[in-house]
Amino acid sequence: MKLETTTERIQEIYDYREMIFTQVHRNLRGRYKGSALGFLWTFLNPLFQLIVYTIVFSVIMKTSTEQYSLFLFVTLIPWIFFGTCMSEGSGCLRDTEDMIKKIYFPREVIPISYVVSQFINMLLCFIIVLIVLLVAGRLTNPAVFVYLPLIMMIELSLAIGLVFIFSAWCVYLRDVKYMMTIITMAWQFMTPVMYSVDIIPGKLIKLFYLNPMTSVIVAYRDILYYQQTPEIDTLAIASFMGIGFLVLGWNLFNRLKRRFAEYL
Amino acid sequence: MQEEYSIEVDNIKKSFRVYHDKGFTLKEASLFKNRRSYEIRNVIDGLSFKVKKGEAVALVGHNGCGKSTTLKMLTRIFYPDSGNITMRGRVSSLLELGAGFHADMTGRENIFINAAIFGLTHKEIEARLDDIIAFSELEEFIDNPVRTYSSGMYMRLAFAVAINVDADILLIDEILVVGDAAFQVKCFNRLREILGKGTTIVLVSHSTRQIEQLCDRCIWIHDGKVRADGKPSDINPLYLDFIAKRGEDKKKEPEKEEPKVFEVTRYGSGEAQISGVKLFRSGEPAIRFDAEDPCTIKVDYTVKEEVKDTVFGIKIYRNDGVLCYGTTTRAEHLDRITLTKDGSVEFIMPRLSLISGEYSVDLSIETGEEYPVDYWKGAAKFNVTSNIEDEGTSRIAHEWKQN
Repeated sequence: MKLETTTERIQEIYDYREMIFTQVHRNLRGRYKGSALGFLWTFLNPLFQLIVYTIVFSVIMKTSTEQYSLFLFVTLIPWIFFGTCMSEGSGCLRDTEDMIKKIYFPREVIPISYVVSQFINMLLCFIIVLIVLLVAGRLTNPAVFVYLPLIMMIELSLAIGLVFIFSAWCVYLRDVKYMMTIITMAWQFMTPVMYSVDIIPGKLIKLFYLNPMTSVIVAYRDILYYQQTPEIDTLAIASFMGIGFLVLGWNLFNRLKRRFAEYL
Repeated sequence: MQEEYSIEVDNIKKSFRVYHDKGFTLKEASLFKNRRSYEIRNVIDGLSFKVKKGEAVALVGHNGCGKSTTLKMLTRIFYPDSGNITMRGRVSSLLELGAGFHADMTGRENIFINAAIFGLTHKEIEARLDDIIAFSELEEFIDNPVRTYSSGMYMRLAFAVAINVDADILLIDEILVVGDAAFQVKCFNRLREILGKGTTIVLVSHSTRQIEQLCDRCIWIHDGKVRADGKPSDINPLYLDFIAKRGEDKKKEPEKEEPKVFEVTRYGSGEAQISGVKLFRSGEPAIRFDAEDPCTIKVDYTVKEEVKDTVFGIKIYRNDGVLCYGTTTRAEHLDRITLTKDGSVEFIMPRLSLISGEYSVDLSIETGEEYPVDYWKGAAKFNVTSNIEDEGTSRIAHEWKQN
């Protein structure tokens, strides 16, 4: 069997860009159709999570972190994007099985569209993040914002790579979807989203950086909360992991995709 | 340089694992890996053919012969295990209409969603939008959500998109039955128009009429290989004959036994009894007939006591219970006979003249004025196939003449 070259694959996905746009549109618009609050849910969900965590950590556990809700807010939004991709996105191929079984299109379109829809949700939430930062008077060094698109792209690349892996795996093994719900929960606690990376014991810090999300979250917090340039090491690890998982995930996806229609 | 062939299929093979117990949970995949038994079914076994640019080819074959699998491999939903498929040009498949439709979104939005799945860019879709809407005849409803559409409207919209993709190769699976009769004619004309523009079409259909109207070539797939390849007018009769014979082979075993009993309701005084019913075509036992075949129904009877004034009767029912024909020797003013010993009576039809379908036969022996001696409902069953798609309860002898 002839296998397409990477250039041909990229060209084909580019040719199907309109499908990615319409699928994203469908995901975003179709999702809350018929619900009373509609698109507002995009904001309400993170807001309620923020309230709950803030109450737990700042009121009950009495953390010493200054402006804890802000400290959490700037990392919770990127985490919700990533976490949703892991727990819900792993089922994206199963959810579109009707299409996959019945019509040809480059299969990559489905995971890409899913992650991009979630990414757009995150961007919309970032408007609120920026407004809150402005109101709280934490926008002291706007120059660091040049790093924000970079870290967002890295996170996007990482999420697409991992969703390639888990969604393809889920086609063959339905349990993956349920496993991912649990794993994502554990993953959130293993990533310095709700606490500072500084409180991680020194022995464990290397282990924590094996988690690709650690460097991403640290970079977000540096940029948004501390208003400082992320360390070059953090960006290097994040870029390496982000690109690495995209390449790995896509390769695996390419191998598994040929039998999707048979297993769904 | 323009290639002569749009499609080249070279010795492809495809097998599926058929699991005896289907389950894809972790438990089954890991713990009981060895217990999960499956058999490998070779659906496509060395299939090769080439289709010229602009040709319209029909794939025929009995259910399960692999023609739909072939179509799915042409459109790359499935991939062959070995062998090569080369497709030259943009492929559009009408295997499934309305892929990706979202019920809550409007007809217009769904046109974009659906057309994008065929790989069209935004500009290309916009350029076709008016044509698509006009073809679907849904101008008034195009900005309503598709959940408010009737199923006919839904299919019309879906077909309108698929047919307007302007593909170089169009793959069609049994979908020419969309909407009302007028819309079907429109679809059909559109397909001919597309064909006229040089599009290559491959279609799977069970309708020999559609095939003969649209295609200039017919490939008969049998057991995953090409069994015959030629003009539809040559292949179709061979294929229909094969299908009819296959049905007969299947039924041969029970046919050797005494007449098949199908929830028989049987009554009568019993002085004489029908002991056997057999159907013949030109002296050969048969239960499948072509509409033009001769058919003889032979009824054996045994006599316990003498029966005077005997009347034989027959009724032929279609499987939905419609009486197609019924007659008795009394109705035809034939001489009444007296039965004294075992014998047989034959009902001879020089030409069966029924339309395609399944039929059952009631037989009766009566005496006097409709006094039943033996009345047997559903005493025999037979099937009729035909390559003429006429309708009604029976084929009236006729010819066409143009002056």
